[in-house]
Amino acid sequence: MYRYDEFDAAFVADRLNQFSDQVQRRLSGELTEEQFRIHRLMNGVYLQLHAYMLRVAIPYGALSPRQLRKLAHIARRYDKGFGHFTTRQNIQFNWPALKDIPEILGELASVEMHAIQTSGNCIRNVTADHFAGAAADEIEDPRPYAEILRQWSSIHPEFTYLPRKFKLALSGAPHDRAAIQVHDIGYQLVKNEAGETGFAVYVGGGLGRTPMVGHKIRDFLPTKDLLAYTQAIVRVYNLEGRRDNKYKARIKILVHEKGFEAMRDAVEAEFAADKSDLLALPQNEIARISAYFAPPALTERPADSQALKARRARDPAFAGFVDVNVAKHRQDGYGLVTISLKPIGGIPGDATAEQMELVAELAEKFGHDEIRVSHEQNLVLPHVALDDLPAVYDALRAQGLATANAGLISDIISCPGMDYCSLATARSIPVAQRISERFADGPRAREIGAMKIKISGCINACGHHHVGHIGILGLERKGVETYQLTLGGSGDESCTLGDITGPGFSYEDVVDAVETVVDAYMGLRASPDEDFLSAYRRVGMAPFKKALYERDSGSDI
Amino acid sequence: MPLYKNGSFVQDAWTTIREGEAISPAGHVIAPLAWWQAERQAFDQSHVPIGVLIEPGASIDDFIADLPRLAVIALVIPKFQDGRPYSMARLLRERHGYKGEVRATGEVLIDQIQPMLRCGFDAFEITDPITQAALEAGRIPGVAHFYQPGVNEAPQPGARPWLRQAGR
Repeated sequence: MYRYDEFDAAFVADRLNQFSDQVQRRLSGELTEEQFRIHRLMNGVYLQLHAYMLRVAIPYGALSPRQLRKLAHIARRYDKGFGHFTTRQNIQFNWPALKDIPEILGELASVEMHAIQTSGNCIRNVTADHFAGAAADEIEDPRPYAEILRQWSSIHPEFTYLPRKFKLALSGAPHDRAAIQVHDIGYQLVKNEAGETGFAVYVGGGLGRTPMVGHKIRDFLPTKDLLAYTQAIVRVYNLEGRRDNKYKARIKILVHEKGFEAMRDAVEAEFAADKSDLLALPQNEIARISAYFAPPALTERPADSQALKARRARDPAFAGFVDVNVAKHRQDGYGLVTISLKPIGGIPGDATAEQMELVAELAEKFGHDEIRVSHEQNLVLPHVALDDLPAVYDALRAQGLATANAGLISDIISCPGMDYCSLATARSIPVAQRISERFADGPRAREIGAMKIKISGCINACGHHHVGHIGILGLERKGVETYQLTLGGSGDESCTLGDITGPGFSYEDVVDAVETVVDAYMGLRASPDEDFLSAYRRVGMAPFKKALYERDSGSDI
Repeated sequence: MPLYKNGSFVQDAWTTIREGEAISPAGHVIAPLAWWQAERQAFDQSHVPIGVLIEPGASIDDFIADLPRLAVIALVIPKFQDGRPYSMARLLRERHGYKGEVRATGEVLIDQIQPMLRCGFDAFEITDPITQAALEAGRIPGVAHFYQPGVNEAPQPGARPWLRQAGR
């Protein structure tokens, strides 16, 4: 895990002083609210419906137990005892007082954390695969590159006032768990024919009101050019991106309006014109940063764990948890444990201070001091010996953290919706809660299999509904909430935007509509191995449309 | 208008004119780019100092040939959140080796002075009284550690990593 050196610590201290000064100048009237707004956003401070909200960066989702304990402490001392993990590897505190925020930032700095660029029209918190450094299918660990990008983009003088926010995501494996194709820039680590490591680069993806899948702008970018190429893309965007309309200001619109080929030519020309090698990454610098991410020393263990087998045999709930929440580790005898923050009927992504402390303790005892936050709003213990799974499971269960639904229908991504957000046009959390209660995490959910439901409470699409296998978008029509369904979306390497089923459903009916889709899928799937997305891609919208809208009147009511 | 340059307020020797106004034969005039381009023939034989006013939508390619002739390039900051002039300033300095004055004019506020300096601006027309007071008091808020090279900030030789440096 990356550790700050003196330089990093001094930088964060600088930033804290700068922000504290801005708060003072706002309070004394030297800064207008509009001027201050830009500065506070650049430091993760939003004004929400009820209060200020502080969004803290968890770069590429990596947390140490010490950091997670600090987040628990902040939740307890400055908030209402919980925090909310977001879809971009951040944590949000929804109830801090503005006057406390400099102090909270000081607490964060003491554990090498900050809120820099978690909002604002700048390069945001850099995200990466939450299974990085542990997944069986990984080509190379993306975290060192994510860290390099994080440093380079921090208070970048040229790129602090971009047309709009700018999001980077990295994946180190062919299976994309970081949704890189719906980011402003996505980087996929690949090997070329000579066996060298580089990046396939995607540009212009994004969700929001105009969803777009990113275009592959480079098949292979040598790792040394990571920063120079990123600079070229961001510079073209900074100069040419629209500033007349905030809804048309993201790079995806520039790519769309300029045309992808023209955009690629502009970026390549800018990249080629930069003759300086100031930004070229020396191999020894990559190695220096990579050393921080050296894999933990895992003792060799047999691939089959007797302890696991024995417990499985007598405890179906445990077996269900292992089947669903434990992913394959690259080393035999270990697993990646997803700790679901989607308790049945709960609020997706919320964790109490006590839960955070438990996870920190488990990471220390059984997880080589590593915790990850996934963009799917769950936590991950990336290196757990299979022999330790019974103990980990029992401890999680005692704190209500053993929901066995990772990747299943009740593992729902949801934006905060009308319950917290001033932009929302509909409730989303309560819809997630009702779906979760309907399907739960038992045998029925397992039978349905892999299913990603994503819910947004307005067209800004913070809940990523466009890439949900089933997406739900809450809108307001004449003062009444109505929910549009999309089917067949996917945020992985087969990135696709979902198709709208047709007219929307009321708040009361939307859960039944989801169930209708699920039942239709269960009836038409070729085999239990054909998951919803595959089945949808095979049969298309027609059967689902029929099930949703052409029911015989009376028979279903 | 108060002009801040090289750490203090100085007498501004330049006059900014609008399109249609005459460019004084004595020079020291900052003219809108299009106006300069329309009038430039009159100055073919003259060496008086000339400046141009560049709106953020313009491309450097539009006046790249004029660079050797220009003593001042004034980049308009229509709103302090407009980031285009930052890229233009860096390109002028780093790509085109422009050594004249790169001036910021428009909504120039104290919190943007440091990033502008780092992008190669070296003169600032100040209209905001709070910004003026802060500059007069020598207070330029910002950070003192940078993760990327700035214009005229040569990375310290032998210092750690490729990009980091303490501020000046």
